[in-house]
Amino acid sequence: MVEPRACPDCLRRSWLLAQLGPYIERTATGAVGSRSPELLRLSNEDLVAVAAPKLAAQLLGRTAALSEQHLATELLAAQCWACCRHGDLYPAGLRDAPDAPWALIGRGDPGLLDGLEPFGAVTIVGARRATSYGREIARELGRELAAAGMVVVSGLAFGVDACAHRGAVDAGRTIAVLGCGPDTAYPAAHRSLWRRICEKDLVLSEFPPGAAPWRWTFPARNRIMAALAGMTVVVEAAARSGSLITADLAADLGRDLGAVPGPVTSRASAGPNNLLAGGACVVRDAQDVLDAMLGAGVKRIDRVAPALDQSLAEVLAAVEMGENSCDGVAAALGLSGPDAATALSRLELLGYVTCSTMGLYSRTLMPSPASAGI
Amino acid sequence: MLATARTFTLDGISARPVRVEVDVHRGLPGFAIVGLPDAAVREARERVRAALVNCGFEFPLRRIVVNLAPASLRKAGPGMDLAIASALLSASGQLEWEALSRVALVGELALDGSTRAVNGALAIAEAAREGGAEAIVVPAENGPEAALAAGVDVIPLDSLARLPALVAGEWEPPRPRGLSLQAVAGPGGPDLADLRGQPHLRHALEVAAAGGHSLLMIGPPGAGKSLAASRLPSILPPLATVEALEVARIASACGRLGGSLASGRPFRSPHHTISPAGLIGGGTPPRPGEATLAHRGVLFLDELCEFRRDALEALRAPLEAGEVSIARAGGRRNLPCRFMLIAAANPCPCGRGEADPDCSCAPIAVQRYQGRLSGALADRIDILAAVRQPSAAEIGGGPGEPSADVRERVTAARERQERRLGPGRSNAEMTPGEARECALSAAAGALLAELYSRQRLSGRAHDRALRLAQTIADLVGAETIGEEQMAQALQLRRRDRG
Repeated sequence: MVEPRACPDCLRRSWLLAQLGPYIERTATGAVGSRSPELLRLSNEDLVAVAAPKLAAQLLGRTAALSEQHLATELLAAQCWACCRHGDLYPAGLRDAPDAPWALIGRGDPGLLDGLEPFGAVTIVGARRATSYGREIARELGRELAAAGMVVVSGLAFGVDACAHRGAVDAGRTIAVLGCGPDTAYPAAHRSLWRRICEKDLVLSEFPPGAAPWRWTFPARNRIMAALAGMTVVVEAAARSGSLITADLAADLGRDLGAVPGPVTSRASAGPNNLLAGGACVVRDAQDVLDAMLGAGVKRIDRVAPALDQSLAEVLAAVEMGENSCDGVAAALGLSGPDAATALSRLELLGYVTCSTMGLYSRTLMPSPASAGI
Repeated sequence: MLATARTFTLDGISARPVRVEVDVHRGLPGFAIVGLPDAAVREARERVRAALVNCGFEFPLRRIVVNLAPASLRKAGPGMDLAIASALLSASGQLEWEALSRVALVGELALDGSTRAVNGALAIAEAAREGGAEAIVVPAENGPEAALAAGVDVIPLDSLARLPALVAGEWEPPRPRGLSLQAVAGPGGPDLADLRGQPHLRHALEVAAAGGHSLLMIGPPGAGKSLAASRLPSILPPLATVEALEVARIASACGRLGGSLASGRPFRSPHHTISPAGLIGGGTPPRPGEATLAHRGVLFLDELCEFRRDALEALRAPLEAGEVSIARAGGRRNLPCRFMLIAAANPCPCGRGEADPDCSCAPIAVQRYQGRLSGALADRIDILAAVRQPSAAEIGGGPGEPSADVRERVTAARERQERRLGPGRSNAEMTPGEARECALSAAAGALLAELYSRQRLSGRAHDRALRLAQTIADLVGAETIGEEQMAQALQLRRRDRG
């Protein structure tokens, strides 16, 4: 077990970034050359000179004056710990990134970073405004990949991110990378999810406890997400979306890129469909991800697709054909209401279908019983 | 001279006794009414004066003081006209009626002396019986309604001019026959046969009716949600006499009884702009709201997401307790409201649902809209039915099973529940303790335990599934809950998470 340790200089960098928050907010315009990941490659002196030239001396002086004792107390008070690029705990995936953070502040289980190689983690990103299809796929991918022993990395945002975490946190390990201090639940609506990940798994950030989120901190945290994992999977994203930044960053690092195909008419799937057209890996289920990362057939997901009798198989086929309500299934197959309800309930328990809070059914990623075991 | 008469004032849906004391003495001519009268009672002065003169009596040009006791109780409505006029006649020596203080009188007077119907005649007649009155004189129009209260002599009076003949025994009006409660016990309302196809929705309605479970229907506009809800009263078991009387009493107090009892259980469908007071009752004096009007019947909330949040919040406690409690400066009034809650909502703001390619709603708007379903009342809802547009074949198909057949099964299931739980109780009201004592077959128990251990069910949802399964078992007449019934219950339950 490696103890988390960070040298004071690297830690001071984190505190400096927090103080530079509003200044970088003005400097990072998103144009090439002034994106936040690019700015963060700069040394302390250069960064301050670009972002806040008038306050340069003052800010650098204040940061340098932070004592080791003071930094340690602040971390402890927020129940956080830190590791830096010179330590053993620092994840391998970040070491080869040119703009990697100097230090990582964590809250939760540091053991998760111990020996974490890029091929042991998958980043799942996607739209905050995800459709029910995107949310369901993200949850399934999160669950199956975590169950297969992968660490699922995501950003705790609304939509796809949260669903990926929720799927993974039940089945295995997950890391949430935040654009604010790791002791802050952002967005606040995900406080309970954040707390669960803190207690069981790991929340990471390059910012110190108490640091506020800025617009520029999200592309900055995306670069950590992209670098941590061997593969980045985009579940749903509009044509211009923050998730695509993560995808670009991952491609720049030479990581695998995967995308979940969606209807060509859906705006929410425009981003992944474009990525696929550009040569990204097709991700239909967790097995596709494992095959792409580890080589085909190296690791198989053992999914028991239980055999179905004739009547259940017919109901499943009706759901696959697009009947999403109990009434629809009953009418399509000429079943009585109670019989259709019984069949759908059994299929749900077996994991073939899932029911939304609106009472509508959809097919899960469980393979169909005919192809089970092949 | 002093004379007293007995009458009643309506308070909520019950009647409070009021003693009318009239004193006529020398002094400047005048007519004063004291004892917290409201505007309608105060205006009785003009009506009584004109009615007396137009019926050939003399209006005494002396000082008249009318006191309504108890003085601390607010008196409302015009129902005290007849009692004031009678006591005034007696006090001024125009009417010798030694029984005046032993009978009760209610009724509004027209200017020509004829009587007009009052609200709450049934509750008043019952209060008169409880108060030991020999007889109650009511407007002729209210006769059949008041006669529902057995055990008191109801005398219908059509005009104040007939009063001397009545007192002298020269005229004996025929006693009215009470309204028939059979009508209320009948099915009433439109028939379930109108619902074509949609077998799942039918099943959900039947289970809801059989166990008194609340039901939420989600589906696009025009899919038949309102149609289904309005058919629900027709498959509910017939009202017992006591229940029919409760319904009649509430309708009478709200002046909704008219000449006859509405048939079947009440079905109330308030608009979504309704205020909390309109929904559960309020005002001074407290008037019953939609929840009370739906007592022993169905309260249908269409467009659940559009209802005011405070109105839905106000409905929570009454749903649990089966009665509305309204606290006012004058004291607390309890109004009964044991109804079945049926709600309907669209799947998204545009109504088409996310699965429809024409749905134009932003995902975040859909999430916000659906979030409203999970707040407020969601905890109280047992069954969720996704309703879809019926196919052309279904619409064109023959009529569905008629209400009478479904009603038979529902009634049998209710009887089974009453044998187990006690009279008047249904599965929906089972306490968690009772729910866990349901007889489960091994397979059904394993099914429920498996889902629960996979953390797909909360403790509350676990008990809810048990109650639903028990109702489904009662419907098919099974002694223990089988695996199939449990599976159906798990399908019907409202999902608190996806």
